[in-house]
Amino acid sequence: MLKYTLSRLLTFIPTFIGVTLISFSFIRALPGDPIVVMAGERGLSDERYAELATQYGFDQPIYMQFWDYLTGVLQGDLGTSFVTKRPVWDEFFTLFPATLELSICAMIFAIALGLPAGIIAAVNRGKFLDRALMSTALVGYSMPIFWWALLLIIVFSGNLGWTPVSGRIDLLYYFPNATGFMLIDSVASGQSGAFTSAVRHLLLPTIVLGTIPLAVIARQTRSAMLEVLGEDYIRTARAKGMSPGRINGVHALRNAMIPVITVIGLSVGTLLAGAILTETIFSWPGIGKWMVDSIFRRDYPVVQGGLLLIAVMVMIVNLTVDMLYGVINPKIRKR
Amino acid sequence: MTLLRIRNLTVEFATASGAFRAVDSVDQDIGNGEILAIVGESGSGKSVSMLAVMGLLPWTAKITADEVSFDGQDLLNMDPRARRRIIGKDLAMIFQEPMSSLNPCFTVGWQIKEALRFHLKMDRKARHARAVELFEQVGIPDPEKRLSAFPHQLSGGMNQRVMIAMAIACKPKLLIADEPTTALDVTIQAQILDLLASLRDETGMGLVLITHDMGVVAETAERVSVQYAGQKVEEQPVADLFNTPHHPYTAALLDALPERATARLLPTIPGVVPGQFDRPAGCLFSPRCKFADAKCKATPPPPLGTDLGHARCFYPLNTADRIAS
Repeated sequence: MLKYTLSRLLTFIPTFIGVTLISFSFIRALPGDPIVVMAGERGLSDERYAELATQYGFDQPIYMQFWDYLTGVLQGDLGTSFVTKRPVWDEFFTLFPATLELSICAMIFAIALGLPAGIIAAVNRGKFLDRALMSTALVGYSMPIFWWALLLIIVFSGNLGWTPVSGRIDLLYYFPNATGFMLIDSVASGQSGAFTSAVRHLLLPTIVLGTIPLAVIARQTRSAMLEVLGEDYIRTARAKGMSPGRINGVHALRNAMIPVITVIGLSVGTLLAGAILTETIFSWPGIGKWMVDSIFRRDYPVVQGGLLLIAVMVMIVNLTVDMLYGVINPKIRKR
Repeated sequence: MTLLRIRNLTVEFATASGAFRAVDSVDQDIGNGEILAIVGESGSGKSVSMLAVMGLLPWTAKITADEVSFDGQDLLNMDPRARRRIIGKDLAMIFQEPMSSLNPCFTVGWQIKEALRFHLKMDRKARHARAVELFEQVGIPDPEKRLSAFPHQLSGGMNQRVMIAMAIACKPKLLIADEPTTALDVTIQAQILDLLASLRDETGMGLVLITHDMGVVAETAERVSVQYAGQKVEEQPVADLFNTPHHPYTAALLDALPERATARLLPTIPGVVPGQFDRPAGCLFSPRCKFADAKCKATPPPPLGTDLGHARCFYPLNTADRIAS
């Protein structure tokens, strides 16, 4: 197991270099110049431009710029934002808890509904319930996320007035950012109503962000369950006189979890990508919105550093998923 | 006393091209402590009839029968909950592929103890003690250690022993073994058959052995039922069946045994078992039978009496007038 983990960690290295190279070149391939953006509408003189270009190293050849960046990254220096002048590292960890909180809630939402939906559909294969659930899942999967978000905002915030439109908590409440997780901090602050407010703010973004993973998990659970239910060991369990509930929920589900865990792992990548849209729509102060803003500002270090950190997160999640296979099905542990 | 009594059992599968009759009006009786072998080629419906008794057929199967009763209880019209209290407890079954019949995600100990927990309501300690005892009974060495093994860590023969241990865990009255040795190599086959026979002697349970291997039949069975294309074509005690087969199909099967071959070429039965679309109007074996005449091809023969092994044949072999002619 240790050897396997180490060999998997080694594969991180090429991925890491690849992500660095891609994020570095893509942001530079975009038209627009960060110095011009920084100067704003007034513009700036050629001398001042040259001075700033030297300061940020833009006068160097592109491969030298990449080399400087890469050596910096390897020493733990992701650079400093052009706009806020704060280290990328600090900014990331200030904003990341907001994204993490939203992603965890979205994932819980997706798993809590998707898994039972998939099982119910598989057990009722071909019947009305199966078709209804799977068509709903298909709609959820195909729906553009921004449109879905706006629809929910119009109905629940606009027409019904049940939920707020944006942000993480009402302006009425103020308390220090102890953990960065609003649900925990609001309880810790002891202010009455703060937690409820945080939950109500979380509701719509969670649903929006969780919809696609929910649909994917439901469909994957269904197909994995159908495959497993045809296996010989399910017949053995039935021959033992086990109840359908126990066969589906214990004997079959454990085996069906392998492909489901895989899509859950892959969904984490989609989730972070989806967070960019969701956070922008709901003005959620997380890394998604931060990345979008930085792209518009041509804030090179932030875009590069942010993409890199997101990529590392996804890699860690995928490694965890691979480790989980062995826990669920011991046969996989033996390669 | 009759333990399992089947009368006129028919199983049809709904397929895209119409109903397929896998089992055709089969009668069967199995007594307490008896070893019955059901033999036949692949596709003769021998497994399907037993799976129907166990209630393990998929929903596409349509089961009709005049009677299916086990230990005096009507299995046919029993509600599923009551049936599950019998299945796996008094009526157990083991299967052909031990490797795929055990759940790869759970230890073999867990899988054995599950039945003990649900059927006998034993506590954790009693379950463990019983599981160790069962492993010793089926000849698995080092039971304490083996209980925590996963199926992929054991060999095929060991897994079949685990399956047997699991099936006999609740001391069943009848064990149905569906080709228990087909997937195993020859030396292990003999061990598993010895084990099943000795378990019968120890516990007094009935044993149904489904097989296509006449060698297995000769070695283990007491009574033999021969199935062909879903029908029971003959049934006799094992020695009589081997000595004086009445149905031409049984005779042809026995002729095809390598041990009985006299010529350089092993005799075979020409043709294949009729399928869904080429089912004959008369005797199902008539297209392959060397004795068949126009009557055989037109009218299905009813089963004969006990003295002629219930053979479904107009011209049974090894009878007085047959020998005379």
